[in-house]
Amino acid sequence: MSTLRLDTVSLSYAPVGADDGLVLDRVDLAVRTRDFVAVIGRSGSGKTSLLNLAAGFLQPTAGSVSVDGKPVAGPGADRAVVFQDDALFPWLSARENVAFALRLKGTGPAERARRADALLERVGLAGAGDKAVWELSGGMRQRVGIARAIAAEPRFLLMDEPLGALDAMTRERMQELLLTVWRDTGAGVLLITHGIEEALFLATRVVVLAPGPGRVEAVIEAGFGRQFLSGRPAREIKADPAFVAARERLRDLIDPLETKAAA
Amino acid sequence: MSAATESFLAPGDKAATSAPPPPPRPRGRRVGLIASLVTLGLLLAAWSLAAWQAWVSPLFLPSPIAVARAAAGLVTDGFADATLLQHFTASLGRVFGALAASLVVGVPVGFAIATSRIGRGILDPIVEFLRPLPPLAYLPLVIIWFGIGEGSKVLVIALAMVPPTVISTAAGVRAVSEDRIRAARSLGATGSQVLRFVVLPSALPAVLTGTRIALGTGWSTLVAAELVAATRGLGFMIQSAAQFLVTDVVIVGILVIASVAFFLESVIRFLERRFVPWSSRL
Ligand SMILES: Nc1ncnc2c1ncn2[C@@H]1O[C@H](COP(=O)(O)OP(=O)(O)OP(=O)(O)O)[C@@H](O)[C@H]1O
Ligand SMILES: [Mg+2]
Repeated sequence: MSTLRLDTVSLSYAPVGADDGLVLDRVDLAVRTRDFVAVIGRSGSGKTSLLNLAAGFLQPTAGSVSVDGKPVAGPGADRAVVFQDDALFPWLSARENVAFALRLKGTGPAERARRADALLERVGLAGAGDKAVWELSGGMRQRVGIARAIAAEPRFLLMDEPLGALDAMTRERMQELLLTVWRDTGAGVLLITHGIEEALFLATRVVVLAPGPGRVEAVIEAGFGRQFLSGRPAREIKADPAFVAARERLRDLIDPLETKAAA
Repeated sequence: MSAATESFLAPGDKAATSAPPPPPRPRGRRVGLIASLVTLGLLLAAWSLAAWQAWVSPLFLPSPIAVARAAAGLVTDGFADATLLQHFTASLGRVFGALAASLVVGVPVGFAIATSRIGRGILDPIVEFLRPLPPLAYLPLVIIWFGIGEGSKVLVIALAMVPPTVISTAAGVRAVSEDRIRAARSLGATGSQVLRFVVLPSALPAVLTGTRIALGTGWSTLVAAELVAATRGLGFMIQSAAQFLVTDVVIVGILVIASVAFFLESVIRFLERRFVPWSSRL
């Protein structure tokens, strides 16, 4: 059991000393292994900045980012990242992309290929190992990106709108994949998304970020993903009155102006 | 098989009629090639006509047939104590020697300029100083410093080839996707692993492009390099032929250089397709 913790984290892109330009204002967030935390919020509310802090790509202006109490000094294989535009390595085949983390660790070629193929099969891409990146569709590329991340056996999976560029149909398949990957790896997931329904369906906890500067507006506990994993159909879950009520509540939180206008 | 159409239109909505997409246009890849061949043919015809009608003195513009005959003579008997093949290999050796030198120097320098502020501060001015200089301007200095041997000739060409190699490499390294570097780092890559597994392959297409540009520069510098104390080489052959107004040999020399440059360009384009097929797709 590990915990990735953001503790009263503030971030400003402006040079040190400048007052304005605050992008995140005293944000608290904890992701434990086996948690599935989804962060939603309007464009510009600082979601990507938050994930980049957790990944170690950025250092906070104030507050701390830590794993099990140890400050995060930079990116590392315990926090693998899945990117919105896949960020695959086009000079490598699908299999070699997945095997990248193993290659860094010095795993031999045969073992690498065996494990990469097993991971590809797990994300529904059995037999696609020899394909070049540009021969894959957007959805397939995201699957490779996810397989590449879990190959590092991370304690935390950080994903910045991984399904944002996919069509609606593919996105639903991929949501189900994310749930099984979450269950099978036991990793803690931090998912950035702008899909309210997506966040609610997947996450055990939905964090709503309010813009200007980004701060935690609300936290909502949910458990619909577990229902799906224990066999309840996704469409039935999404039509459940409890699900609909929570979804409308999240809508209100994210877009209060529209609610007022309608009232 | 017939599909039932259900309607969920709200009152007032109009059903959208979907027009069939226009048929795909056949891609005319041949058209470009045909246009090139026709242009070549027309130029050759104009040349033949001008020579045949004697619009220009044969001394200045020999007919294509005379040039072909001169080429045959060059292959068998040679010109200025060397056959065409010997002139050709001498020049090719110099250009390739210069290419090797410009890669060995230019690629690391390009990396240094792109990745380090100090490297950039030191090396960028040197490259920018060198880049616009015409080879004929520094040729005397190279001779004064390094003599008239083979090394000086290669150096003159290499000095012209290094800047495009450096500039192209640096541009390639700078353009490496930030997300890919981050992806590698978050998968556990160390700094040197990022360099080896991400930056190097990312920059490879730009290095090849730099090589292509540098080769073009190299051929255009050849004549200058062979101005002094050469006894062989296409550039030397052209110059000595020009001194005796042997125009057909001059033209053969020009055509050989143009063909070799074109051939090497095609080779590198092939290498690009073979080894960096992703560069045009992503
Ligand atoms: N590198 C940067 N330099 C300066 N300002 C930045 C930088 N990155 C983001 N910002 C600013 O920080 C704020 C938050 O950006 P961020 O990308 O974190 O938002 P987001 O919630 O991910 O938005 P989106 O939903 O559009 O992806 C924005 O106002 C943006 O202009
Ligand atoms: Mg974002």
